Amino acid sequence: MISEIWALTIREVKKWIREPILVFMMIIQPVIWLGLFGQAFNLTGLVQIPLSNLPPEITQQIGVIFNQTIGSIFGGTLDYFTYMAAGMLSVVILFTSMFSGMSVVWDRRFGFLNKLLVAPIARGSIVMAKVTSSVIRGLFQVALVFSIAFAFGLKAGNAFNVLDLLGVFAGLFLLSLGLSSFFIALTIRIKSWEAHMAVINLLNLPLMFASSALFPINMMPDWLQSIAKVNPISYASDLVRAFILHSSSVGLDVSRIALNFEVLIAFAVIFSFIGIVLAERGLRKG
Amino acid sequence: MAIIETKDLTKVFGKLIAVDHVSFAVEEGEIFGFLGPNGAGKTTTINMLTTLMNPTEGSAKVAGFDIVKDANKVRSLIGLVPQDLTVDEDLTGMENMMLQAMLYHVPKDVAKKRIEEVLRLVELEDAANRKVETYSGGMRKRLELAEGLIHYPKILFLDEPTLGLDVQTRTVIWDYIKKLKEERGMTIFMTTHYMEEADALCNRIAIIDYGKIRALGKPKELKDGIGGDVIELALFDNSKDFSEAIAKMPYVIDVKRKSETYKIKVAKGEEALPNIIEGILKMNLKVSTVSLIKPTLDQVYLEYTGRSLRENEGNREEVMRMMRNIRRARQ
Ligand SMILES: Nc1ncnc2c1ncn2[C@@H]1O[C@H](COP(=O)(O)OP(=O)(O)O)[C@@H](O)[C@H]1O
Ligand SMILES: [Mg+2]
Repeated sequence: MISEIWALTIREVKKWIREPILVFMMIIQPVIWLGLFGQAFNLTGLVQIPLSNLPPEITQQIGVIFNQTIGSIFGGTLDYFTYMAAGMLSVVILFTSMFSGMSVVWDRRFGFLNKLLVAPIARGSIVMAKVTSSVIRGLFQVALVFSIAFAFGLKAGNAFNVLDLLGVFAGLFLLSLGLSSFFIALTIRIKSWEAHMAVINLLNLPLMFASSALFPINMMPDWLQSIAKVNPISYASDLVRAFILHSSSVGLDVSRIALNFEVLIAFAVIFSFIGIVLAERGLRKG
Repeated sequence: MAIIETKDLTKVFGKLIAVDHVSFAVEEGEIFGFLGPNGAGKTTTINMLTTLMNPTEGSAKVAGFDIVKDANKVRSLIGLVPQDLTVDEDLTGMENMMLQAMLYHVPKDVAKKRIEEVLRLVELEDAANRKVETYSGGMRKRLELAEGLIHYPKILFLDEPTLGLDVQTRTVIWDYIKKLKEERGMTIFMTTHYMEEADALCNRIAIIDYGKIRALGKPKELKDGIGGDVIELALFDNSKDFSEAIAKMPYVIDVKRKSETYKIKVAKGEEALPNIIEGILKMNLKVSTVSLIKPTLDQVYLEYTGRSLRENEGNREEVMRMMRNIRRARQ
């Protein structure tokens, strides 16, 4: 089964890297996101606009006060850009995982799926190959965004090391595994890409905003909080932040990391399982 | 021993009964042909036998395994060359073949040899390292065929395999399939629109229409079934009707005179012809023209489906469909 998954994953990856425009989009997209979100939510910047005709000393002072306020809301030394960039990694995973089911739609359309269905391979490996390639794509993009975010001024704690980096990737791997399986399971019977896009468009923004990826949960209205608290993206964002904030003075918040990992592992396992189970009936022709 | 056996195999789509309580058996090592007009239910039958669809009713065993309960065992023993193309456009021919070999668990070194062999056969060795999106429709079809052969299946299902291929390629491919069949005792279940092909290649043929099997047998039996050979004969002397005299000759079953031509139904055309001519000469008559007409599968087909296969032969709809498929894939 592993060799089947692997061979099919290679196929996906080959298809993907041969499409230069796709690779280019994957690089450019996170840059735009970071720039856009970084600017749009840069509250200091927003405040400066109406006060721009005041003397610069005063503007600067207000700016400092503002950043302190944000710091107190977001906790400790964390500035908003770092907060947002850390959450953005989970959003990147969301936005790549969403399309895991899309290639099933195309394979069904072009008949390639039939080839897989008459072959003596487990149906689950067809689904898991889609999930695996989606995970690879997601983590690849995460690596890009993470480097770009550093260039843009993401401030990690002074004790942030390779192990923390591995922790970040492990957490995002689990999130991607779960989300890719979730989306594939959700759209497995959908035959047209238009309908598939509709499902994605319905879910992407709510999933992103109803999480702690871009805003702290305690800043949200109650109803949104209750959604954000069950949203795996919140747990992944929190996990990533816990690793990024690793500083010599505070150390790692082990219990927080453990809790987030537990939730993410459960999420990934449950939805991969559902994906594999649904594959048998879901991929079937007609 | 029957290697494929169906019992009341049925597939219903909504209100449409695409395959209607079909029962037949295919013997090991034979080439079994499925013939019928568009929409007759040929592809649907293949889809069920190859485990792509579950039957609504009835059952079937392929190589002794139930197509529903032991689907994966069935899959490992069969090969399918589907009607619609399933090769991956974005990969090269070679990559498609390697992937196929992997899907059927053919070891890499064995796969390499076989791929070389089958690619040469379908004359794609030069194009092997090009992306399939640069292939013509015929090349894609040939690649599809090559893929179906790579794991030397026990039973090969061919759904309109040579549709859209030129005569030369068709001949080469059939020669190879015949060779495979003989060397490896492969059983072949196929559908085709090329009557000559079915006639020359199939050991037995089933004619299917509206989801039901209308006739089944050896091509010769089917042809004999609609009334044997006919000798058409004209004499120089048209003053009299000699029908009665001819009817008394050996082999003759029935004689009809239509204007100046006698239509003589006979049991064995080749043997009857010289006898009849001799008989006529003995009556001191002279034959002006004579021809032996053997029934074609075409006529059999017409008889059972009420449609001529000739009308279907270019089979515009199928070709259009294939073109559509290719165009869609190219976008
Ligand atoms: N998936 C499907 N859903 C609904 N109807 C179908 C489906 N597949 C085939 N049919 C219908 O079943 C009938 C038989 O189709 P098919 O087996 O493809 O015919 P053939 O291969 O003999 O041309 C046709 O009327 C076709 O429209
Ligand atoms: Mg068909």
